[in-house]
This record gives sequence, structure tokens and C-alpha cells, in this order.
Amino acid sequence: MMAVLPQQLVLGLLIGGLYGLAAAGLSLVFGVLKVLNVAHGELIMLGGYGAFWLFALSGVDPFASLVFVIPAMIVLGSVLYWSLFGWIVRYHEETRIKNSLLIGFGLALALHALAVRLWTADERSITTSYAGAVVEIAGITIPLVRLASLVLAFALIGGLHLLLARWRWGRAIRAAADDWEAALMTGIDVRRAYLLAFALGTGLAGAAGVLVSVGYSISPSIGLEWTLKALIVIVLAGLGSMFGTFAGGLVLGIAEAVSATVFGGPYREVVGLVIFFVVLVARPQGLFAK
Amino acid sequence: MTAARWAAGLVVLALLAVVPLVVKRDDILNFLVLTLLTITLAQSWNIVGGYAGQVNLGHAAFFGLGALVTRTLWIAGTPVLAAMIAGAAVAVAFALAVGGAAFRLRGAYFAIGTLALGEILRITVNNTLPEISTLPMTTIATYRLATRYWLALGLAALAVIAVAWLAGSRLGLGLQAIREDEEAAESTGVGVLRLKLLALVLSTALAGLAGGAFAYYHISYYPSHPFGPHWTFDAVLVTFIGGVGTLHGPILGAVFYVLLKEYLAIRWVDFHLLIFGALFIAIVLLLPGGLVEAGATLRRLVRRS
Repeated sequence: MMAVLPQQLVLGLLIGGLYGLAAAGLSLVFGVLKVLNVAHGELIMLGGYGAFWLFALSGVDPFASLVFVIPAMIVLGSVLYWSLFGWIVRYHEETRIKNSLLIGFGLALALHALAVRLWTADERSITTSYAGAVVEIAGITIPLVRLASLVLAFALIGGLHLLLARWRWGRAIRAAADDWEAALMTGIDVRRAYLLAFALGTGLAGAAGVLVSVGYSISPSIGLEWTLKALIVIVLAGLGSMFGTFAGGLVLGIAEAVSATVFGGPYREVVGLVIFFVVLVARPQGLFAK
Repeated sequence: MTAARWAAGLVVLALLAVVPLVVKRDDILNFLVLTLLTITLAQSWNIVGGYAGQVNLGHAAFFGLGALVTRTLWIAGTPVLAAMIAGAAVAVAFALAVGGAAFRLRGAYFAIGTLALGEILRITVNNTLPEISTLPMTTIATYRLATRYWLALGLAALAVIAVAWLAGSRLGLGLQAIREDEEAAESTGVGVLRLKLLALVLSTALAGLAGGAFAYYHISYYPSHPFGPHWTFDAVLVTFIGGVGTLHGPILGAVFYVLLKEYLAIRWVDFHLLIFGALFIAIVLLLPGGLVEAGATLRRLVRRS
């Protein structure tokens, strides 16, 4: 058992980066709009199929397809905000979260059904010419594609951090997250900040989906699993810091790897959910606080 | 008025009870069994989700537990009704074990917390019982669809009566007070946690019974199948589309849902979820009362003109 642990830990760390990226988008949307979009996993799934389509139809390299998928998902996010989530931001917080959950739930079902229509229910992954490349360090095998995904995930989180810290609208987004009424009074267009945050969150979901489709596999029904992963990471990491979210993703990846080694592979998923439920119940009020 | 309603309900029940004697087509009976099970499951969800306003996204766990226990006991030789009651008891025991913790969560947090609970159970069952469960040949030889139909009808009637009683009871009023404003209810002397737990017991007992009926009805399935989140999602969709927190909503929603699902499944698998997902969003945004409210509005308009 101990012999496989280092290998499992490395693989856990590699997928943990994607958990962090998946959670970053959801955390941004939840932290800023106080809207819980449970269709986030389905948006990740759509991003993955975007890369799959680009690769299968025009041979675009999956990593290069980020350049197309992220803008397309940002547009989709804007459309979703205008048509759905923008309607409920006028409610006070509790009603807003509950209604957003219901809307996200309906959206998740619809997107899942749509994906089955478009791409069938089969599991797919993108197999590039370099898909099998690995490096070996001290007996530990590291798949290069997954390593590249981890680095890219970290770079995207860093980019988001810079965007929120330096960009004029990034600061507006943070102001709207802290106190929307005060932000409104200082002349910030809060609705536009909301729109931007939601669009950026959707773009991040798309990026996560692309990386999932190249290192792992996608199918129309991965949405719920990824939504849960993102929620677990947010519970672990709290809101407010994108690097904290990334670290939370790594922690989840490692926790899964350890539990898979100790209890056996099939219980990989259970440990995160148990942590999630316990933390949620232990800190019911202060949970998503900063 | 109420007496007339009870009488109308009894007439409908009597008419439905003679259906297997008249209709010999298995596809129609299967469709009706499915509709009746959906009514039971949606109505059971409606108690906690509709009347108490707590969106439970882990409802499948209780349906699944009922199915698992009933199937195991029944195949081992226990009479099916006794097995179903045992299944419901296990579902309720699990509800009481986790209810106190889960109800510390409010609103959307309760929803995602229960979603996690349901998934924990599903994955665990999937890991421990990976083999498909098929009825023994001797049972299949004596399998009669009509028996399953009457069982499902009895359960659906039980669920509807339970909710009809609940709606007018002190418990039901307390639950609705909690739904509208938990703090206000608490401060006027409503025992919030106790009432929520009572609602959960009623809800999960019915869900466990529905799971038991499923285990008795279905010839062959994976033990983790009744734990699948789609059972919860079906109940949520049906209740909201019909009219959440109403007696007629889940019935209306279930008939509409199963009808469209079966009709569309002939040509497109799962396509109904695209329509129902969109319809669900539209109802949440524009018509929170669902079909029941739409019907009432329509009647008012007709009467006025």
C-alpha cells in the first residue's frame, strides 16, 4: 500500500489543480453575486465538448483551443446572465440564493439533455499524439499532459487574481462583492460588475472543461460530479482568495488520493463529500464567509 | 365543499382500481404504475420541500433505502408488505440520524448538504453491491402486473391523503409558517426543529414505501439505481411544475411529466429533460405556483368574462 502512495499523491495533486480551477469560477460567481449556480459542472462539461469538437472537426490542439473556448464561454455566460441569473439578483440574499439554486438545477438538467442530443451519452477524451508522454522521477510516473494542465490551471488562477486586483472592472467586481450598496453609492455600475463576474466565472468553467477533456474524460453526465467537487473546494477554502481556492483544490486532490489508497479506489469520491457535509454542518452560518 | 372533494376523490380511486380488470395491455398498466409511483415520490418530497420550504436534494437516499431493504427481505421470503414497512422504517431511521445535523443548514445550504448525503449513500451502495439484482425465476413465473398496480395505487392514495391531512393540520400550518419566515415562526412559539423533523419522518416514510413498491415492481436493476439523483430530480421537477406546496400540484405534475416523458422517449431518449428543465426555470422565474396557479388564474379569467 505504501509503495503506491507517492504515485497516488502525485496524481491527486495533478487533478487537484483542476478541482481548484473548477471551484474558482463558482467561487467568483457565488462570492460576488451571492448566486449559487449548481449548473457550474454542466458549464465545465460544455467547455470540454468545445475542445472535443474543435479537435475532432478541425484538428485544433486541445491546449490551443483554450483561446477559442474561453471567449465562447464568456459570451455564453453573458447570455445566461441576461436571460436567467440577472433576473434574480434583485431579491434579497436568502431568496436570491435559493432561486439561483433552482434555476441552476433546471439549467443543469436542460444542458445535460442537450449534450446527450449533440454528443451522445458516450464517454470521450481527446487523444493527442503526445497523450501518452510521461516523465519519471524517482520511480514516480508523471503524465505530461496532466502536468501541463496543472501549470495552466495555476496560470489561469494567477491571471484572474491579477485581473481582480489591477483591472478597473476587477476592482469594481470586488467592491460589489464586499458591499453592493456602498459600491452603488460610489458610482460603480453593480449590474455590470455582476455580469462581468458571471461571464468570467463561466469562462473559467470552460477552461476547466478543456483541461478535463484532455487529461481525463468527459461525458454529458459529469456535471453533477464537478459541481460537487467545486462546492467541496469552496467549503474547504472559503471565499475571497483565488489562490486559497487553488490550494483547496490541491488539498481535495490529496485527500482523495489518500483515501483511495487506504479504503480502496471506489471510495475516492466519498471522502470529499463526507468532509463537505461535516464542515457544512459544523459551520452552517460562517461557512462561505471570508 | 370538502365532503364533495372527498367523494370525488373516492370515485376517482374506485375507477382507477378497476382499470386492471378492464385494461389488459401491459404498456398502459406500466405507464400507470410509473405515474402512481411518481405521484407518491413527488408528494412525499412536497411535504418537506413544499410545505416546510426545505429543498431536499437527497430524497433519493430514502427511496433507495426503502428499495434496498424491501428487496432484500422480500426475496429472502418476508411478505412484501412487511418488507416494505421495514424498508420505510430504515428510511425513517436514517432520516432521524442525519436530520438533526442537516436541519442546521438553511435554504440553499440544506439543499447542497442533502445532495452530498444522497451521493454518499449512492456511491457506497454502488461500491458494496455492484451486482445486478434480478428476481428469482419462481417469482418471475408468478409475477402479476395487476398486483403491482394496486399496490402503487394504494400508496399514491396514502400519500395524497397524508398531504391532504397535513395541509389542514396544526403541523402543516406550523411548517408553512417556517417556510414563510423561520425566525418569526420560532419567536411565535413554533418548535422549528421538532416540526421539521416530523415533516421529514412523514416524507421519508412515504419515500421509503415508494422505494419498496419499486423493488417489488422492477424485475431487474442495479441496487444503486434507486439511489440515483434523478429520482430526486424527478420529484423536484414534478412538484414545482405542478405547484409546489399544494395538494394537487404533484398529481398534476406527475401525470404531465410521465406522459410527456414516455411520449418523447419513443423518439428521443432524455429529450423530455430539455423541455422540463426549461419549463422548470420558467416556472421558478415567472409562475412560482406552477400549473395549479395557472389553472386557478385561468378559471378566474373565464369566470370574470
